[in-house]
Amino acid sequence: MDVMPKWADVVLIPVISLVLAALLSTLVIVAIGEDPVAAVKLMVTGALGSTYAWGYTLYYATNFIFTGLAVAVAFHARMFNIGGEGQATLGGLGVALICLALPWPHWALALPAAVVGAALFGAAWAAIPAWLQAKRGSHIVITTIMFNFIAASVLNYLLVNVMRPTGSMDPATAKFPPGAHLPTLHDLLAPFGIAFSRAAPANISFLIAVVACVLVWLLIWRTRLGYEIRAQGHSEPAAVYAGIRPVRIIMAAMLVSGALAGMMAINNVMGEAERLVLNSVEGAGFIGIAVALMGRNHPFGVFLAAILFGFLYQGGAELALWTNIPRELIVVIQALVILFTGALDNMVRMPLEKLFLALRKDRA
Amino acid sequence: MAQGRQTDVAPAIELRGISKAFGPVQANKDISIRVMPGTIHGIIGENGAGKSTLMSILYGFYKADAGEIFIAGKKTSIPDSQAAIRAGIGMVFQHFKLVENFTVLENVVLGAEEGRLLKPSLAKARGILKTLAAEYELNVDPDAKIEDLGVGMQQRVEILKALYRQADILILDEPTGVLTPAEADHLFRILENLRAEGKTIILITHKLREIMAATDTVSVMRRGEMTATIQTSQTDPEHLAEMMVGRKVLLRVDKKPAQPGKTVLEVENLRVVDEDGVERLKGVSLNVRAGEILGIAGVSGNGQSQLLEVLGGITHGTGTVRINGQEIDLTGRHSDGQSRRARGICHVPEDRQREGLIMEFTAWENMVFGYHHDPAYQKNALFMDNAGIRDLAADKMARFDVRPPNPVLAAKNFSGGNQQKLVLAREIERNPDLLLVGQPTRGVDIGAIEFIHQQILDLRDAGKAVLLVSVELEEILSMSDRIAVMFDGRIMGERLPGETDEKELGLMMAGMDTKAA
Repeated sequence: MDVMPKWADVVLIPVISLVLAALLSTLVIVAIGEDPVAAVKLMVTGALGSTYAWGYTLYYATNFIFTGLAVAVAFHARMFNIGGEGQATLGGLGVALICLALPWPHWALALPAAVVGAALFGAAWAAIPAWLQAKRGSHIVITTIMFNFIAASVLNYLLVNVMRPTGSMDPATAKFPPGAHLPTLHDLLAPFGIAFSRAAPANISFLIAVVACVLVWLLIWRTRLGYEIRAQGHSEPAAVYAGIRPVRIIMAAMLVSGALAGMMAINNVMGEAERLVLNSVEGAGFIGIAVALMGRNHPFGVFLAAILFGFLYQGGAELALWTNIPRELIVVIQALVILFTGALDNMVRMPLEKLFLALRKDRA
Repeated sequence: MAQGRQTDVAPAIELRGISKAFGPVQANKDISIRVMPGTIHGIIGENGAGKSTLMSILYGFYKADAGEIFIAGKKTSIPDSQAAIRAGIGMVFQHFKLVENFTVLENVVLGAEEGRLLKPSLAKARGILKTLAAEYELNVDPDAKIEDLGVGMQQRVEILKALYRQADILILDEPTGVLTPAEADHLFRILENLRAEGKTIILITHKLREIMAATDTVSVMRRGEMTATIQTSQTDPEHLAEMMVGRKVLLRVDKKPAQPGKTVLEVENLRVVDEDGVERLKGVSLNVRAGEILGIAGVSGNGQSQLLEVLGGITHGTGTVRINGQEIDLTGRHSDGQSRRARGICHVPEDRQREGLIMEFTAWENMVFGYHHDPAYQKNALFMDNAGIRDLAADKMARFDVRPPNPVLAAKNFSGGNQQKLVLAREIERNPDLLLVGQPTRGVDIGAIEFIHQQILDLRDAGKAVLLVSVELEEILSMSDRIAVMFDGRIMGERLPGETDEKELGLMMAGMDTKAA
C-alpha cells in the first residue's frame, strides 16, 4: 500500500518544496537589502507579463524540455546522463553542418534535416560513453561529464580553425542561409490573429519539444523498448532472467537520451542564434538534470518543470537588468529550487506521509 | 550482565503490549510474551507474521510504538544494539554479519575491543574462545579466515561473538536455513549445552519439525499478533500449522504415481565457470522425462543455482544440453532467456524478488515479463496491447488465486506467497515442455504452499517435465519422482524418494558417497 495518494506525491510535494525554496530566497533577498516583493513582481512581469516575456520564458523552457527529457529517458534505465551539455553542443554542430551544407529553399525542408542532424550528432556523442559503460563498465557519470569537456574543446577547435569564415575575427560559423531560418511564435501565431512579440526568440522548436514529450511518453510506457528500459532500470538481474540484453538497453536508452539532448540545438542554434557560436548551450544540459529530477522523470512533469525553470531563467535575467540584485543570486534561487525539490525531497515527504497516515487512522 | 539471576522466577525476557507499525502495516499488535530463563523458546509464524520485527525491537534496531521490555524482571529500554548487548542479549542473524577477510578471532573481538591496542584484546579473546569451545562443543580455529569457513562454522562464530559479549539470552533467526541436516543437528546440540548452562535461547523459525525437536515452549505469531504460547510437549505439528495459518492445512502432498514418458531434458557434462573464475558446475549429467519431477537436493551454494541459471539462459556454460532431442546453444547469441522460452523452457527463478518479478511493475506488467515480445501481447508494430494484457492478467490471477486479484497493483504490494503465485501463473500458463523451478515455497506462507505444490503436480500430470531445486528436504522428498543430490558442483547420486530418507540424503548433501560406504 502506498502511504500517500498519488496527487499528494506528484503535486503537493513539489509545490511545498517550491514554496520553501521561495521563502528562503526571500530571506536571501532581504539579507542583501533589496525588496523581495518588488523583486517577485519584477520577475513575474519580466517572465510572464507580456508576449515578449513569454517568448523568452518559452524559449528557455524549450531548451530545458529537451535536456530534461534526455536525462529522464536515461534515468528510466537507471543511468545518470550528465552529458547533456556535450551532447547538445555536438547537436549544434550537426545543425550547423546541415544548415550550411545547402542553400535551403524553405525552413520546412531544412527543419526535418536539422532535427535528424542534431539527433544523430547528439546520439553519437552519447554512444561512446554508453559503449564504455556497457562493455567496459566505465561509469556513465564519469564518462559523460568528461565528454562535456571534450565536446567544448572539439567545438572550440572547429570554430576557430575550420568553420570560421575567412576574415572573421569571431569564433563562430557563418550565418545560416535565410531558407534555414525557423518561424518564431510571432510568425506562427500571426495567421490566427494573435499578436505575439516579434523580438522574442521562442520559435517552432517549442512545438517540437511538446511533440517530443508525447513521443517519449509513448516510448517509455507503450513500447516494448520502453518496457525493457524500465525493467532493466528497476532490476538488472530480473532483466537478464527475462532475456533482456543489458548492453542493448544501455545503448538504446543512451542513444535516445543523446538524441534528445542534441535536438536542443534546433532551438538555440537554428531558431535563435542562426549560426553556431562558442558555448551555445549555456548550461542548459545541467539544468536538464534539475528539470528531470523535479519532473520525476515523467514527460509531463519535465514539461512543467521546464516552464518553471524557463520562468526562473528569464525572470532572473530581468532582475539582474533592473535591480542591484546580482545575476548570481538567480543561480542561488535556482539552486534552492533544486535543493528543495531534489535533495531535500524527504524533508517534505516524511512529515507529509506521517500526516496522511494520521488522517487515515482517524478515518479508520 | 545478569544481575537479575538471583530472582529466579522472573522471566529472562518479558515483553508487554509491544506494538509497531510501518506506514499502514501493523507489523506487531499488542504483543506480550514471557521467556523463562534456561529454556529454548521457539517463535513460529509465517513470513510477514512479525517475528523478525519483534526481535529487531528486542535488539534495538526498531523502536516500538508502544509497550515495555523487561529483562530479568527489570524494565529496560533498548534504544540501540549496544544497549541490547549490555542487557545480555546476543543475536545470530539469518544473514551473518562477519568480515570475510578477518580471522575468527578478529571477528569475535570486533566492536568489543578494550583499550587502544589490539593485541591484549586478541590474547584475552583467544583464552575465552578456548574455554567456550570446551564448554559448548563450539570448536572453531580462531586463526582461520571467515571466507575459508563453511556456513555451519560461520554460524558458530556468530554464536561465539554473542557469548564473548557475555550474552545470557541468545536469539537465533532462522538458523538452519543454510545448514545440512547434520550441521543442524550439531547446532541443536550446542543449543542444548547452552541451555544446560542456564542460557536462554529464542529460536525463530518457520520449520515445524525444528520447533518440535528443539524447543521447550513455543509461541505462535499470525499477522502481527501472538496467537498462542504453549508447552511444546503439549502440541503437534498439525495443531501448530493450524494456529499459524488460521485454518486446517494439509502438510503432506497428495500425488498420483508418475507416468514418465519420453526424455525431455538431457544434460551431459555441463560446466559453469562464474565471474570470479570459480568452477561452479563440474560436469553435471542428468535427464528429466515428460510427466516426472526430478528434485535436486543440496545445501544452497553447491551449484543448484548455476544449474537453473544455465538451463534458463541466464549464464553461459559448456557441455551438451538437449531439449526434446535438439541441442541448445549454451554460449553464443542464442543463449538467453528469450531463446530458452522459445524452446519451451519456462523458469520460476529461485529469487522471485530479484529475478522473477520487477517489484515496481504492476501485476499485469509482470504477467508478460520475459514474454513481452510475444505477438499476442502487441497492439500493432509499435505498441504493446496494455489493455489486453491487463485483462489477461486478471484472468490468470483469478485462476491462480492471487490475492488481491488486482492487476494494477505493484508486485511489491503482494505478500510473498502471492508474488510466487504471480510468477507461477505466468510460467505455468505458458504450458512449457520443461519447467525449471527454484525454491518454489521459500518465504511462502503454509496456506499457499499447498496450492503451489498442487499446481506443479498438475503440470507434471499433464505430461510435462519438471526440474525442481529446493533446499527444503521435506519438499524434495514429497514432490519428487526422482531425487538427485548435488554437492560441490557435482551430482552425488540419484535416489528414489521411496527408497531413501533424510539421513541418507543429508550425508550425500555433505559430500559423502553412501553407496561406497
